[in-house]
Amino acid sequence: MTAPLLEIRRVSKRFTRQAGLIERGVARLTGQGAGGTVHAVTDVDLAVPQGEVLGIVGESGCGKSTLGRVVSGIYAPSEGEVVLNGQPVARDRHGASQKLTTKVQMIHQDPFASLNPRMKVGETIGEGPRVHGFGTAAEIRERTGSLLEQVGLEASYADRLPHQFSGGQRQRIAIARALAMQPELLVLDEAVASLDVSIQAQVLNLFTDLRRELGLTALFISHDLSVVRHVCDRVAIMYLGRVVELAGAEDLYRAPLHPYSEALFASVPTLGTGRASFHPIKGEIPSPLAPPPGCAFHPRCPMAGPRCRVEVPRLKTPVQGARQVACHLHDGGTQQKDIAA
Amino acid sequence: MSDTIAADSETLAVPSAAPRETRAVRLRNFWADYRRSWVAVASLIVIALLIAASFGAPLLAPQDPYDMAALDWMDAFLRPGTVGSGGYMHLLGTDNAGRDMLSAIFYGLRTSFVIGLTAGVLALSIGIVVGLAAAYFRGRTEAVLMRVVDLQLSMPAILLALVMVAMLGQGVAQIIFALVVAQYAYFARTTHGAATVERGKDYIEAARSTPLPTHRVLLRHLLPNVMPPLIVVATVQIASAIALEATLSFLGVGLPLTEPSLGSLISNGFKYIHTDRYWLSIYPGLFLMITVVAINLVGDQVRTILDPRNAR
Repeated sequence: MTAPLLEIRRVSKRFTRQAGLIERGVARLTGQGAGGTVHAVTDVDLAVPQGEVLGIVGESGCGKSTLGRVVSGIYAPSEGEVVLNGQPVARDRHGASQKLTTKVQMIHQDPFASLNPRMKVGETIGEGPRVHGFGTAAEIRERTGSLLEQVGLEASYADRLPHQFSGGQRQRIAIARALAMQPELLVLDEAVASLDVSIQAQVLNLFTDLRRELGLTALFISHDLSVVRHVCDRVAIMYLGRVVELAGAEDLYRAPLHPYSEALFASVPTLGTGRASFHPIKGEIPSPLAPPPGCAFHPRCPMAGPRCRVEVPRLKTPVQGARQVACHLHDGGTQQKDIAA
Repeated sequence: MSDTIAADSETLAVPSAAPRETRAVRLRNFWADYRRSWVAVASLIVIALLIAASFGAPLLAPQDPYDMAALDWMDAFLRPGTVGSGGYMHLLGTDNAGRDMLSAIFYGLRTSFVIGLTAGVLALSIGIVVGLAAAYFRGRTEAVLMRVVDLQLSMPAILLALVMVAMLGQGVAQIIFALVVAQYAYFARTTHGAATVERGKDYIEAARSTPLPTHRVLLRHLLPNVMPPLIVVATVQIASAIALEATLSFLGVGLPLTEPSLGSLISNGFKYIHTDRYWLSIYPGLFLMITVVAINLVGDQVRTILDPRNAR
């Protein structure tokens, strides 16, 4: 068996905010701590084989975008490492960020912010290849044109500025820009979330077609369960920085195992099932500044037992084959394990 | 699925009415907006005339005020409109050395423009470097650079310029240096503010993660998007550089009278302000005022156009 294209090995990412001088003074006077550490991603272990699209799903603030930025090299992990093709991604000399690579390209959420408003579209797409010496100017121009056609636009659009395009078209341009670098891995961060539903479908169709043609490997980050089901092979559900369930898309949609996944699916309105009410998850997502002890989901979990309050569940393979879940329910019950026993 | 794609490429077609925004079109739109204010148009014409008069001074002016041999003591203090020994009319009179005021003003304007523009462009370049570096690299770089800028902005520019000139001595290069030191902070602050906003946008992150070299991200992505507010500040600062130079010369630390600038002309005439020889200081003062006001009015109009709230 060959090594997976992407391995995320026990990656954690914390953001520590340095308190300012005045804040520190106030903190000393009031006797409270200043600053704080946000645990954005904790101990995530994932592997993506060549050609797979892995969905990463969760509520806003669950760390899915941070994970995407760690994979694309914008953030360096606080712990753990990102491995591409068996090679750990190198850090720069400060260790503050990773050595960025052309092999991973990102597609951002908001196509109105992700394109330089003062740069012609053709230049935006061709800039990376030109800087990295992917060909002569003429070759790159030609390739820019064919990329634009590949994403369903016209080659002549290369001379236009981004504001002359609609949101869906801009997202196509962003996809063309990413593809121009001939990446091995795409990171799509909520790539369709800011588009109208009808445009979403078009861009998703484009992505599915491109995937078939080019054999793309991708990390598809989204909060939209129906979108994820449409494009992903496997899905990782994240809650408060941790992966709580990892399963094939169809398995997961048929029978979610983790109570959080269940709750997530229960809150999706569906047509035709005759279900008239949804059951939103009780309570708020806890602050990543102070994650609850034990299972992060226990304050909101209807099935939480005493064990959940103290012991962090590990991602394990339960009874049914190729899926993993981090829940004590699937690991011998939620009763506190008696230490004496 | 493929028919969905086929259908959408039709709906996605750009309406043919949308003009292709080339540089020429943008310039034409800008001019159309600019033309809406006749005051701004008039100011632009005034500036153009003043620049033409100053740089064409050797051709236009009846006398070369630098040429001491051309000056005649007999022509001193001639009233405006008198015909002097040179056989031509002194439209704005002459000064205590028999210098033709109109010629002196044209030559003086030239000095003022050269100093104002050079200092403005240099201060703009330095301010951009400082502001962009601070906004892009953040952390310690930002703290150090911007505190220095803040410190400088808390002092009046004229004070700083005075100290610089006192240290460096008189001369055009020294004045320009003093003005750059006094003024770069305004550009740095404006650049920093605009660049901090732009830096947080996804297109910068996209450029960084491509990855593109840092200088490219700064110059090709960040800089073009912070230019609009800088253009406005630049016009205002050029006007203020001209005024600042005039102030320095008026205070006697700027340029000597043998290299007339508007400030030294006003200063020279100021000695006679209590006599009836009003023309010695009034006319250079008038030209200075017109220049500064016209540049500021142009800057105002440019700001109005570039203000996104006024976008059409």
